[in-house]
Amino acid sequence: MTTLMAILIGCLYAASIYMMLRRSMVKLLIGLILLSNAANLLIFTVAGLERGVPPLIAQGAETITGPTADPLAQALILTAIVIAFGVLAFAVVLLHRAYEVIKTDDMNEMKGTD
Amino acid sequence: MDMSVLIALPVIIPLIFGALSLVVLNNHGAQRLLGMLGTTAVLAAAILLLWQTQIHGIKVLEVGSWPAPFGIVLVSDLLGAIMVLLAAITGFATAIYSLKTVRKRFERFGYYPLLHLLLAGVNGAFLTGDIFNLYVWFEVLLVASFALLIQGGERAQMEGAIKYVTLNLLSSAIFLTAIGLLYGMVGSLNMADIAVRLTAVEDPKMVTLVAMLFLIAFSIKAAAFPLFFWLPASYHTPQVAVSAIFAGLLTKVGVYALYRVFSLMFTGEVEFTHQILLWMAVFTMLTGVLGAASQYEVRRILSFHIVSQIGYMMLALALFTPLALIGGVFYIMHHIIVKANLFFVAGMMYRLGGSFELKELGGLYKKHPGLAVLFLIPAFSLAGVPPLSGFFAKFILIKAGVEAGAWWAVAVALFVGLFTLFSMIKIWNEAFWKKAPEPAIEIPAPVRNKALYWTTGILASMTIAIGLFAQPIYVLAEMAANQLLNPQLYIEAVLGGGQP
Amino acid sequence: MSRQFNMRSLILSTGTTIILPLLLLFSLFLLLRGHDEPGGGFIGGLVAAAAIALKLFADDYPSAKSLLRVHPLQIVGVGLAIAALSSLPSLFVGDNFFTAQWWSLDIPIFGTLKLSTPLFFDIGVFLGVIGTVLTAIFTLVEVEH
Repeated sequence: MTTLMAILIGCLYAASIYMMLRRSMVKLLIGLILLSNAANLLIFTVAGLERGVPPLIAQGAETITGPTADPLAQALILTAIVIAFGVLAFAVVLLHRAYEVIKTDDMNEMKGTD
Repeated sequence: MDMSVLIALPVIIPLIFGALSLVVLNNHGAQRLLGMLGTTAVLAAAILLLWQTQIHGIKVLEVGSWPAPFGIVLVSDLLGAIMVLLAAITGFATAIYSLKTVRKRFERFGYYPLLHLLLAGVNGAFLTGDIFNLYVWFEVLLVASFALLIQGGERAQMEGAIKYVTLNLLSSAIFLTAIGLLYGMVGSLNMADIAVRLTAVEDPKMVTLVAMLFLIAFSIKAAAFPLFFWLPASYHTPQVAVSAIFAGLLTKVGVYALYRVFSLMFTGEVEFTHQILLWMAVFTMLTGVLGAASQYEVRRILSFHIVSQIGYMMLALALFTPLALIGGVFYIMHHIIVKANLFFVAGMMYRLGGSFELKELGGLYKKHPGLAVLFLIPAFSLAGVPPLSGFFAKFILIKAGVEAGAWWAVAVALFVGLFTLFSMIKIWNEAFWKKAPEPAIEIPAPVRNKALYWTTGILASMTIAIGLFAQPIYVLAEMAANQLLNPQLYIEAVLGGGQP
Repeated sequence: MSRQFNMRSLILSTGTTIILPLLLLFSLFLLLRGHDEPGGGFIGGLVAAAAIALKLFADDYPSAKSLLRVHPLQIVGVGLAIAALSSLPSLFVGDNFFTAQWWSLDIPIFGTLKLSTPLFFDIGVFLGVIGTVLTAIFTLVEVEH
């Protein structure tokens, strides 16, 4: 399972870099979205893909029994998703406004500040 | 209540003031007042924090009483406290400068709240002791900087912002990836705890691999070679107050992060990692200064010089000797103040001369000798002319390079210093010395503005003071470097139960 | 302009008048439920923002904006202020910064009301999310107009 996930994550990274290298702004945005998803999946995978129970100590017990899921990695992903959501929402607005101002979707046309 | 809450103040004060100034979004007077009050309060808190840290050593605050390494800790060692103070000074200067230069239109779109948020993010990054929390603060300051960068919505701003946003988001994703891999290896996020656990990792090659990911991520944020081009493409596009605080602070957060992780966590394969850092530093210095030589727009020249100066700071980290790190800390202290000030002066040149283009400027010395002096002080300091702050910063660094036998790097550093002087003299000759060209359009009669002179004057006198009183600053930098070279101090402070 | 929201549907519009208050109530329910069960400020804020976005689609931009009365950024400000201030009460009882504080108030007839700083933090998050999401949506709509 972990191997499969690793391959999937690798594909996601590759696809996102490929999309970011294209000339279109929309594809750039798709690349950024894929990139943050790839990073989140990576954290999810490295924390261990076990079929665990929630890490809660049962009533009356002293310790957790059986394999448990790592809650910290999930908290990280949740935070990263929220941040990515905010940043990407900003990027959408930015690209839209840029399109209104520059009137093109082609990154090659944006050489005014180089 | 004990003094450890002091560590939280530089973060929480700008957050509260930012929130309040969002609430009074339509009241410009209240926004400006909150801007001044907030930055003054942060400045006071930062001075107190540095004072306390210098007396009592590394201070730790366990946020929410969750003990380290499980909860998030805020840590104030000397490097962190110095950086916070520099951020507070820059923020304060920017707030004064903004009073007269920021248009009402931008105030309505949240200029002041974003400024506070930016400061909160920067200070949070300097003070946190948790690697994931560092990521979060990086994102906070990035979002604030994105929004500040595009205020105005002109074509050049949009083009610059797309490059800035893309490269910085890429860097954040690499950072996040590196955190994920690191967590998979050691199962901790507390930087001190990670440092301890990394020594027990069986495969040092994997550690170095993750270290390289961190290096890539932070060097993009620090605008180091080879991925620096987002900076000169975007930093000259927003209004001057924004350019100045960006130039002073943002790349230095990346530099700080490099200093932190490569002195605390990744010290296992120093020959390899710091060799790469050395080459990056050399190329960063060279490309920055050569890029500046080909520019004729004041802000773009200054932007390229940020890149070359970042090279010096990385050189200090690459050499990794006590003297080099003293030089590095000294350099950061000198650089932040000088760089922000140069952008402020560029803004005044625009107000008084009507342009940022060297070809269209001229005769400023004759008309505004005060401004000329205010330009010369930071400009010569940047180039490293004695007795200003930049001379001592460069001198310590080059001495460290000679002692370490890094002759190539020393030669490049000297050459870059010379070229920096060339760039500054170019601005001086064109904008101040030569005769004013016939204006194509009538420049509206410039308003002399005391607040702007005060801002640049204060920063310029700090530059002189750092030069004249280099000894106490050197001692402070030496203490900070000492803490960096002995990560055991940091680890004990964090994991030894803190100072509750 | 031809690209304006002229896809107004009577069914959606009428339905919204009924669903909108329910959604807002549901968002409050989610906010308070987040205390010790799935829910919380973030998800509640998203629901509330979605409710107002629904109003935007069903009617038009001005009516959605007037529903809010203030600029969405001001809501962000209030939220951020509440969240940031919720870190301070711990200092007055001598705990570390941001330590959670719990109080229980006895109110006649209704019973015990449990208050805590995490609740205030969550309310701050709730308002912050509403404001942020609506700022993004409104900005996009304004570009469109």
